[in-house]
Amino acid sequence: MQSLIVCVVAFPIIGVLINGLLGSLIQKKLGERVVGIIGSAAIGFSFVCAILIFANMLGQPADQRKQAYDIYNWISTGSLSVGVSYLIDQLSIVMLLIVTGVSFFIHVYSIGYMHGDRGVFRFFTYMNLFVFAMLNLILADNYLLMFLGWEGVGLCSYLLIGFWYDRKFEGVGITWTGDAGMKAFIVNRIGDFAFLIGMFIVFMNFGSFNFDTVLGGASSRFASGDSTVTWIAILFFIGATGKSAQIPLYIWLPDAMAGPTPVSALIHAATMVTAGVYMIARSAVLYALAPTAMLIVAIIGAVTAIYAATMGLVQNDIKKVLAYSTISQLGYMFLAMGVGAFGAGVFHLMTHAFFKALLFLGAGAIMHALHNEQDLRNMGGLKTLMPGTYKTFLLASLAIAGIPPLAGFFSKDEILSYSFASSPILWSIGAITAFLTAFYIFRLFIMAFEGKPRFDIHHLHVHDAPATMLIPLWVLGILSVVGGWIGIPSILGGGENFDKFLAPVFEHAQAKMPTVYFTEASTDYILMIVSVALCVAGIYLAYVAYRKRPELSARLRRGAGDLYEILLNKYYIDEIYRTIVVQPLVYVSDRYLSRGLDEIIIDGTVNGTAKIVRFFGRILRRIQTGLVQNYALSFVIGIIIIVGFLIYAR
Amino acid sequence: MIPLSYYIGLSAILFTIGVVGVLTLRNAIVIFMSVELMLNSVNLSLIAFSAYSGDPAGQILVFFVIAVAAAESAVGLAIIIALFRNKLTVNIDEVNVLKW
Repeated sequence: MQSLIVCVVAFPIIGVLINGLLGSLIQKKLGERVVGIIGSAAIGFSFVCAILIFANMLGQPADQRKQAYDIYNWISTGSLSVGVSYLIDQLSIVMLLIVTGVSFFIHVYSIGYMHGDRGVFRFFTYMNLFVFAMLNLILADNYLLMFLGWEGVGLCSYLLIGFWYDRKFEGVGITWTGDAGMKAFIVNRIGDFAFLIGMFIVFMNFGSFNFDTVLGGASSRFASGDSTVTWIAILFFIGATGKSAQIPLYIWLPDAMAGPTPVSALIHAATMVTAGVYMIARSAVLYALAPTAMLIVAIIGAVTAIYAATMGLVQNDIKKVLAYSTISQLGYMFLAMGVGAFGAGVFHLMTHAFFKALLFLGAGAIMHALHNEQDLRNMGGLKTLMPGTYKTFLLASLAIAGIPPLAGFFSKDEILSYSFASSPILWSIGAITAFLTAFYIFRLFIMAFEGKPRFDIHHLHVHDAPATMLIPLWVLGILSVVGGWIGIPSILGGGENFDKFLAPVFEHAQAKMPTVYFTEASTDYILMIVSVALCVAGIYLAYVAYRKRPELSARLRRGAGDLYEILLNKYYIDEIYRTIVVQPLVYVSDRYLSRGLDEIIIDGTVNGTAKIVRFFGRILRRIQTGLVQNYALSFVIGIIIIVGFLIYAR
Repeated sequence: MIPLSYYIGLSAILFTIGVVGVLTLRNAIVIFMSVELMLNSVNLSLIAFSAYSGDPAGQILVFFVIAVAAAESAVGLAIIIALFRNKLTVNIDEVNVLKW
């Protein structure tokens, strides 16, 4: 078992070594397919190992499924002892299966998508490195190793966003794709700072970073509402807003679309951005002990969800719509965490990984076929030209809109149900967001696939994606349909298997929840009908505005005028941040830190020391007259002084 | 007997004259003569002490000093000749190449 776990983590790093060190050679001599196969196989083997671990776990009784494995003694000094240890429990196995599974299919897709690129080996190296870091993040059994993975995925995100480093990219303060990568990394860093401080407080209180010690001992150590644990929870959440793109640190995600589409699918939809959600799920006990923090999480999650959805309504770039959609759906997950529906949040994480990855990969297929056209206004009519992509994209759109019996419905509905029990206001925000979600995703779908082609079909030979790209689309499509069936709620006749599977992980947290949330079955039915109605309304409205009577949308846009401009420019948030945060910082850095501290003080001190030495030197060197008699004179004077001491100073 | 202090006094006077000569005079050869004067004054002092204490060690040391003085003069004059060949002068005021 231990070797299986080591294998899971080892295969990606082996892929990194092979493709990283020899990749350039392999790509030249054996072709880029081999590079892609090595990269995908590394993840494929990990996935197989993950399945084996899962099968093994299913064979155990529910209370014995948690097991930690010490692999390597990383740090052991004085009071700090941290090991590379992996924790396999229900939560980490779910994450493991999602990460390795979805990664594998995206790697396969990339073999087709990155065809012809001169840096294919670099791509797969970075992707494998990313998976390695992500695996460390989700399997870690202590906060420090998790943070290592946390930073590692941030690094790979930077490397992959700026993968085409010599390409230009439009953005506020961004010229090259590398600038977008830097923005992602720096904004993440701000969140990481808060995360680190939270970790330090944890260490101060528990003397260890280990989950068992910290989370197991939290209930006995802190009373509910204690300020220390509230601070820890809030600081961790700020870290999560950075990594998982919530208000206020979400700004990097839309610009991260500068990277290749498989990167957007894997990192910025299915895995990396879910790290924050996972971290909160893992630390659920701490949040349960800090109701204030949970409230903050829920509010920010809900507000982010609706805020991002409004921006997704008007974007014309297909990837930007999906980026805002990701931010919005992550908001749902945090809303779930904030109201205590930890299992529901992880459930939505899983279904979202399926359909969002599919949406991005589908968008990639479209871009691939239309020679990197990303503007929705130049698409259309792809329904007949790209049937496979059309069908899978439709499945994903229905799933994200929340139409039963596809996956998105069950996960989203569970979140809305818990939200209603906690606060009808939060529920209404979530419900409106669901309506907006359905609208914007079908706006995207209709603009891309339906109607007449708005591009030149005679010059652009459009064909559907090749098999290496189409198969992952279909796999994800099927998962988007059936993926929710493991969590069908009991009021609809299902077994709620997902929640039951995860329940032991959240036992401690649930015990500490302030109130027991309970909704009547009848309320649940009504909520379900309302959400389905909202989704259908959203889809219908999109159909009317963009397919049946497109002149309506043009009129609406002209009528809304200024509001439209604000939404299109993302509420000018990048410009606001630039003026309030970036420019003052750059000014202070430049004037005071760079010129003042570095040039004037530090350089001045070092150069000043040299100047003093030179000054005294210029005076003292005059002793060297070159005249021997002067030297002889100094001998004589010296002798006289010494003899004088010897005779008189006794 | 002549008191020891006369010999020592004479030795001191000769030594001082030698030192002043080394420090003041310009001609390199004359400086060497002053160095010889200093050495001989020390010889005088050694012999005086040796005679008055009956210990022959002082006189034996004088032999050493005379031999060394001779050798040193030979080498020194060779250096002056080389110097003269280069600079055409034995005025040491003009030999200050190692100035700052």
